[in-house]
Formats: sequence, C-alpha cells, structure tokens
Amino acid sequence: MAVHKRRVLAAGFAATALAAVAACSGGGGGSGDGENVEITLLVQTGGTGPAWGEALIAAFNEEHPEITVTMNSQPGGTEGDNLVKTKLATGEMEDVFTYNTGSLLQAINPDQNLVDLSDQEWTDSLIEPFIPVVSTENGLYGAPNGTSQAGGILYNIPMYEELGLEVPTTWADFMANNDAIKAAGHTAIIQTYGDTWTSQLFVLGDFGNVAAQDPDWAEGYTANERRYAEQPALQSFLNQQEAYEGGYFNEDFASALFDDGLRMVATGEGAHYPILSGGVSTISQNYPDNIGDVGFFPLPAQEEDDTRATIWLPNAVYIPSTTEGEELEAAKLLVEFVNSPEGCRLQVELNVPAGPFATSLCELPADVPQATQDLQVWVDNELANPALEFVSPIKGPNLENITVQVGSGISTAEEGAALYDEDVIKQAQQLGLDGW
Amino acid sequence: MAQAVIDPGVTKKRRSVRSIYPTWFYLPAGLLYVVLFAIPTFASFYFAFTRWSLQDVEFTGMQNFITFFSEPQLRTGFINTFIYGFVTSGFKVVLGLALALLLTSQLIARGYLRSVVFFPVLVSAIGVGITFKVLMDPFDGLINSSLATLGITGPAWLTDPQWALFSVALIDVWKGVGIATLIYIAGLAAIPTEYYEAAKVDGAGGWKNFRHITLPLVRPATATVVLLSLIGGLRSFDLIWATTRGGPGFTSDVIASVIYKQYQAGFYGLSTAGNVVLFIVVTAIVIPVSYLLNRREVER
Repeated sequence: MAVHKRRVLAAGFAATALAAVAACSGGGGGSGDGENVEITLLVQTGGTGPAWGEALIAAFNEEHPEITVTMNSQPGGTEGDNLVKTKLATGEMEDVFTYNTGSLLQAINPDQNLVDLSDQEWTDSLIEPFIPVVSTENGLYGAPNGTSQAGGILYNIPMYEELGLEVPTTWADFMANNDAIKAAGHTAIIQTYGDTWTSQLFVLGDFGNVAAQDPDWAEGYTANERRYAEQPALQSFLNQQEAYEGGYFNEDFASALFDDGLRMVATGEGAHYPILSGGVSTISQNYPDNIGDVGFFPLPAQEEDDTRATIWLPNAVYIPSTTEGEELEAAKLLVEFVNSPEGCRLQVELNVPAGPFATSLCELPADVPQATQDLQVWVDNELANPALEFVSPIKGPNLENITVQVGSGISTAEEGAALYDEDVIKQAQQLGLDGW
Repeated sequence: MAQAVIDPGVTKKRRSVRSIYPTWFYLPAGLLYVVLFAIPTFASFYFAFTRWSLQDVEFTGMQNFITFFSEPQLRTGFINTFIYGFVTSGFKVVLGLALALLLTSQLIARGYLRSVVFFPVLVSAIGVGITFKVLMDPFDGLINSSLATLGITGPAWLTDPQWALFSVALIDVWKGVGIATLIYIAGLAAIPTEYYEAAKVDGAGGWKNFRHITLPLVRPATATVVLLSLIGGLRSFDLIWATTRGGPGFTSDVIASVIYKQYQAGFYGLSTAGNVVLFIVVTAIVIPVSYLLNRREVER
C-alpha cells in the first residue's frame, strides 16, 4: 500500500513538474535548458530495489524538475545477468541501470558497452578498493550504490550468552562451539540449499583467509597458476564437507530458503548462518525486535593469524554507451545524485547498512545493527580482504551446484574443488584471458 | 518451399502442374519462414563453432564440441534423460491403459471422470511444477503430511538426490497420463465387440479377454503412447526447471537443462553447439521412427 501511494505521489509530482516546465518554456527565451528530458532507470525487482528507485526519482525531481525519469524493473540473479547482456547487445538498455561490480561487470564488456565516468567529480571520493571493481584499463564506469557487506557468519547472540560461548577466531574453536551447541540440542549451522546461491558461502566467504595466506592467490588464479583443488583454497571446500559430516545442519537444509535461514538465526532456531551480512537488512524488516540478537564474525581460518573478514563491495549504477546527447547529461546528473547527501540517506533508509560505504561522500548513521558494528571492527583493524569476485574476473557458473553437492554429501570436497577448477576454464576462455 | 520463393522459374513450371494459388500467395509465409526459422537455424550452425558474446565472434573450430562433450554434467544429463524418458513412458503405458479400461466400462459419471483425468494436460508445466514443489515439500508439504498421518515417513522427494529425478518423472506422469488415456480410449473403442462376444461364448473370463483380445488389439495405441512420451521425455525441460533446476547439485540434470545453464552463464557459442548436438540426436531418433510409422501405414 505504501508503495502504491508513493507511486501515485511520484507520478503526480512528475505531472506538476511537467506543467511547470511547459509554462516556463512557453514564456522563456527558449535556450533549450528548460526543455524536458526523459530518461529511464532500471532497478532489480525483489528486496527493496523498486521502492528505492521510486524514492530516488522523487527526490531527484525536487532538484531537477526538468528531467523526467521513468523506472523499469527486472529480476536479478543469473536471469538478470542474461537480460542485461541481451539489452546491451541490442541497444535496449535503460539510460541508468544498477548492476554488480567486479567479475560480473567484466563479463558485460564495459569498454564497449558503458560510458566512461572517470571525468566525474564524485570519482575522487571513492575508497581505494572500490576503484578497480568498476574499472578497466580504459575507464571507470560505475558509481557505488549501497554499502559494502561481508560474507561470513551471522550468529545468534542470546544463544552464545546462554551457553557461555566466545566468538571463535580459529576453525577448531568454531567446531568446538558447534559441538557445544549441538550437545545443547540446538541447530549449530543453518544451511538453505532451497536457494542454491546461499550454499557458496563456505567457499566464497573463506577467500579473505586464502588471500591472507597467499596474497598473490587471486592474481595467480587469473593467470591459471592457482587451483581450488590445492591448498590453501581447498580448505574452503573441506570446511563445508566437515560441517556436513558433523551433522550440525538444520533438518530441512536441502529445501529451506534464504528467508528461512534469516528467521532461524534471528529468532534463535539456529546458531550460525554462513551468509552475506546484507541479510541484516531483511532481518530488520521481518524481525525488527531481533535485530540486536544477530552478530557477525568472519569464517575462521585454521590459524588465528590468517582469519580475515571477506568483503563484498557494493553494486553500482552505470550508463550504457547507447545513451547520448542531453539524455546522457541527464543520466550523469542522476548517477551523481545517487551519492548526494539526499541520495546517501535514501540508500540506508530502505536498506539497513550491512557495512561501510564505498565513498567518502556518504556516512553511516549512528544506529547501525550489531552485525554491522561487529564487521566494522574487522575493517577498522585492517583485517579484511575483498572477495575473489572483486579481484579476479573468473567465477565459474556452476559453483552453487557444486557446493550443494559437497554440502549434501553427494560428492567429497576434493571432487567438488576439481569440478570447480574445470568449470572456470569455460569462463576464462569466454573472457579471452591469457594462459587458458 | 524456400526454394520455391527464391527461384521463380521453377515455381512457374510447378504452378502450371499442380498449384492452384498464385506464387505471391506463398510469399508472406515463405518470408516469415526464411527470416524466423531458416536463417537462425543456419546461423546457429556457424555460431556453434565460435566463442560468441552476442557482440564479438571468434572462430574456435571444434573447441565448443570438445568442451561440450567433456562437461562432467553431460554424462549425468544423458543418462538422466534416458531414465526419465523410459520411466515416464513406462508409467504412462501402464496407468494410461488401466485408466482407459476403467473409463470405457459402464461407470457412473464417466464423462466427468474422463475430464478429470485429462485436465492436468491443459495446465502449464511451470504451474504444475511450482504447485508440486509446494506439495512435495519434505516437511510442510501436503504429501508428506498426509503420509505422516498414516505413520509413514515420506522421502524428501525433490531435495533427496536419490529421489529427485524420480519425483519429477512422477509429476510428469501425473500431468501427461491424460493424453495416454485418451489414445487408449480411442484404441479400445476401435476393437470390434464381436471378439468379446465370441470369447464369452467360449467361456473366457475377464483376464483372458484382456490378455488375448484387448492387449494385442490395442497395440497400435501402445506404440503411439510409447513414441509420444519417449520423444516428450527426451526433450523434457520445463517441468525439471520449474521443480529442481537440475538439482540438488547435478542429480536431476537432463541435456536440455545443461544447455540452458550454459546459455545462462553467457557461453552463447557453447550452448549453441549443445543445441546443434541435441538437434542431431533428436533427428537421429525421429527419422527412423517416422520412417517406421509411415511404412506401417502403407502396409495397412
């Protein structure tokens, strides 16, 4: 209902703006500046995407009534990747669109398809690790939208207090906690393979630890010199196998969904949920009373010294190269507006921040959730590494199926890792990388 | 037909012999056929030999076919495709015949029951898939809840690697058995009643009637049911995608879902090569089958 009301408001506002502009150009000098420009904005359905888009357009129109923005939406995930590629190839892409950064951005060929934004003023305020994930050798293409998050473990704080447990920093401590939780009759680890992507966290969320042990791993991986079937990376798969074999998972792990997992960790039905910390945003909407009960710690490495938080950088907004002329100017204004003070406020109004911003233009509000505060400690202590997809363009499409197999006991960790090494070859060849 | 459009000389001669329509009459249909079917088909044969990102094309020779056949999922996919095809057609034959026998007997509300059996055929596979995903939920699903009241612990159906493919096959049977029943009802109706009357005079019972009259004489219907459900099973995709997406892991992958996943991942050249392979496999099965069917018709 609230969304509908907002849409009506936005439409009404746009109509008023239009009338005002028409009146202006009727009596004005006809310089062209007052002309109405129409552009389109593409957001992803599901979650808060459409609500954010509408709020952004309404706020943007207060500053720029001469620009009419129409919002379109499409699904995310692999289906969305496909739509984005097809739209770009056929020249049908909206004038401003939100999309992933890192390896998925590289896969849509930014040099050919996107407008270089490196001459924009806001680029000076980007944090260092964000620049490469929206750039190629030839340009910088995206402005951050939303906050960073981490891949690690969301845990139920009341259960930790009840059992007198401490936050683990080594894998052995973590397993000891799991045993204690299991012995007390609770679900130690929540898995939700009904949404297959959630099965990848044991591997993807462990990359910060891999990079701590071998800082050149990502570079070597891109050059076909590192393998998941070898240590230290193999450990990520071994961890998942060990967790399955320990019998720590919730009974319905094979069919449960992402939302179920968040409910379980928020309400204490389970203790540990390896997931992206962005999940706190959903928890704050569905279980606002429990948001203080959820904390965060990184997936522990074997050795305490190697344990790092694995950071996912935010998505970005882009302009396709098919947008030209005054539409392009208008699109650049909208992109800039995303990280204006009002734009920053909208980013955290609908999505509870799960980590730090990627630009110094935005600041976190004071009352962030407990999990975000926990993560901030790791970032402040410089014990954080970006996830693999932000430092290497290679990501095999079948990882989520492979990790479901390892996490359900269908295949062993070694088999899964070897299968994934096979899987990425296709991706590397499709990208035309050297050495593959 | 495409040739007829391109070469006016040939059509002129042909028209004088058999066509009663002017040549331009064929033009719209021919144009649509060439633009929407012929050109994409031949283009796909070219793209199958390339690495293709929808914008850039790089010729890679046989590389896509080598990659496609070395896909670890492909072997599972092939095996699963055949298991699926045979399991579904087997069940459809047995259940279809049983239902047809029931629905051709003197029964109250026969017409109503016939439409009930046929109804699932009319529903979209995606809708059926999503519905059964809910019904087959291992914990809250209606099927396992009902079994639980009888004291039976149902399997995890779609999420158990041992059961997933079989569960989808069961859904397929539920959805497709109406067609098999319809074909069998027509087949049974075509059996002359004289045979049964003669058998009755000779003192044959119900089982003997079925075994020695119904079963042999309903064979053409059986052949049709087997062929239709085999072909349907071999190119099955929508129901599997709606229920398991080939999972858990790769345990219910079929050829078509492997190809679709490659396409989703942006390997356009590779998935085109997969479709060319699928095209050849289906052709290799369909040509002998249609040859057999046509020959039988001539012999009759």
